[in-house]
Amino acid sequence: MSATPTTGSQTIGPYWHLLEEPEWADLTRFGATGELITLTGTIRDGDGALVTDACVEIWQASPPASDVFQGWGRARTDTDGRFSFRTLKPGPVPGRGNALQAPHIAITILARGILIAIHTRAYFAGEKQNELDPLLTMIEEPARRSTLIAEPTTPGVWNLDIRLQGEGETVFLDI
Amino acid sequence: MSDNPNDPVPFRPYVPDTQPLNDTPSYGSTHKRHPTQKLIRLPHTITETTGPRFSADKYGAIMDLSTAVGGQAIGERIIVHGTITDEDGRPVPHTMVEIWQANATGRYNHPGDTHDAPLDPHFFGKGRVYTDENGYYKFITIKPGAYPWGNHYNAWRPNHIHYSYFGPGFASRLITQMYFPGDPLLELDPIYQCIPDLAARERLVSKFDISITEPNWALGYRFDVVLRGRGATPMETN
Repeated sequence: MSATPTTGSQTIGPYWHLLEEPEWADLTRFGATGELITLTGTIRDGDGALVTDACVEIWQASPPASDVFQGWGRARTDTDGRFSFRTLKPGPVPGRGNALQAPHIAITILARGILIAIHTRAYFAGEKQNELDPLLTMIEEPARRSTLIAEPTTPGVWNLDIRLQGEGETVFLDI
Repeated sequence: MSDNPNDPVPFRPYVPDTQPLNDTPSYGSTHKRHPTQKLIRLPHTITETTGPRFSADKYGAIMDLSTAVGGQAIGERIIVHGTITDEDGRPVPHTMVEIWQANATGRYNHPGDTHDAPLDPHFFGKGRVYTDENGYYKFITIKPGAYPWGNHYNAWRPNHIHYSYFGPGFASRLITQMYFPGDPLLELDPIYQCIPDLAARERLVSKFDISITEPNWALGYRFDVVLRGRGATPMETN
């Protein structure tokens, strides 16, 4: 018997904010404790213009999901093209085989003009495991690799700017 | 990197032509928003195979969109139901379904929507339901209107309802739109037409369903959704 393929994806469109619950951008809101961080950044298009209508979602497998930490959040990009999440800093998690993955947060970008979700990851500058991470080591050019690495700005704040297209285009993932 | 028997079972790759390309020239907003570098194929790890869990105690259900602020929304009341399964036909139980849509006049309750059509004080256009243990869901709303958009001369979106699904893992996330049978705008709509495979495209069109239509009250439509399955497919050669 042949299987039915996955339903086709469509754009989230410009009016997805009807779903928005601003507090979902704070993954610690149910009382999670740990190393609190802010993950923020801007999204730009192929002209370098700020993308101000995106829905950005994050998911992290570490720390493990619990009643007080669901590991998932959603935020809009604002009029400055900026998203911002409050979460806990992840630790390393297992990769395939015997590999270990460096601490990272998975990112989904949905917006008008994006017909199927665009995926990337945020790693953290200065983590020792970055040098052995299975994904980061797949990317040969240092400039491309750096598009996945959030940089600290002020204490507890990590910034990762995303470029959808063109000069400095972020590394995106086929998952 | 050799595989380990303890590795998580990956989700399957999408079947070719059943999903849109982000580079779809007929849809103008894609021009500057699609990546041009090759995507990196990432073997699934725990990051992709696991995902968030939602429940109605933290994320309350809204299963009747057709009334708000103590009044009935204007428009044709409808009941939408269906099942969510994976590619092998297994139900996806207890998964959250988010729903949003325009009102009967084709206007969203959103500050960005400037279409010259009236808002309805009794319609917000936002819903949230959960599948039961058999992957079944149902909600009540009103049929959304068509509306113009700026993609090309005299462009109109067909009547549609937006959906967001999660399924069991980060990689099973799906955003889509449900259409209505017999809509003449479908063949002119670049968003609907972006899915190359005809059968896959037509699965985005709901079916009129007399079995759930309630006499003297509301028409019924069925919309079944498939989320990614796990493991290898026969099409894979490696």
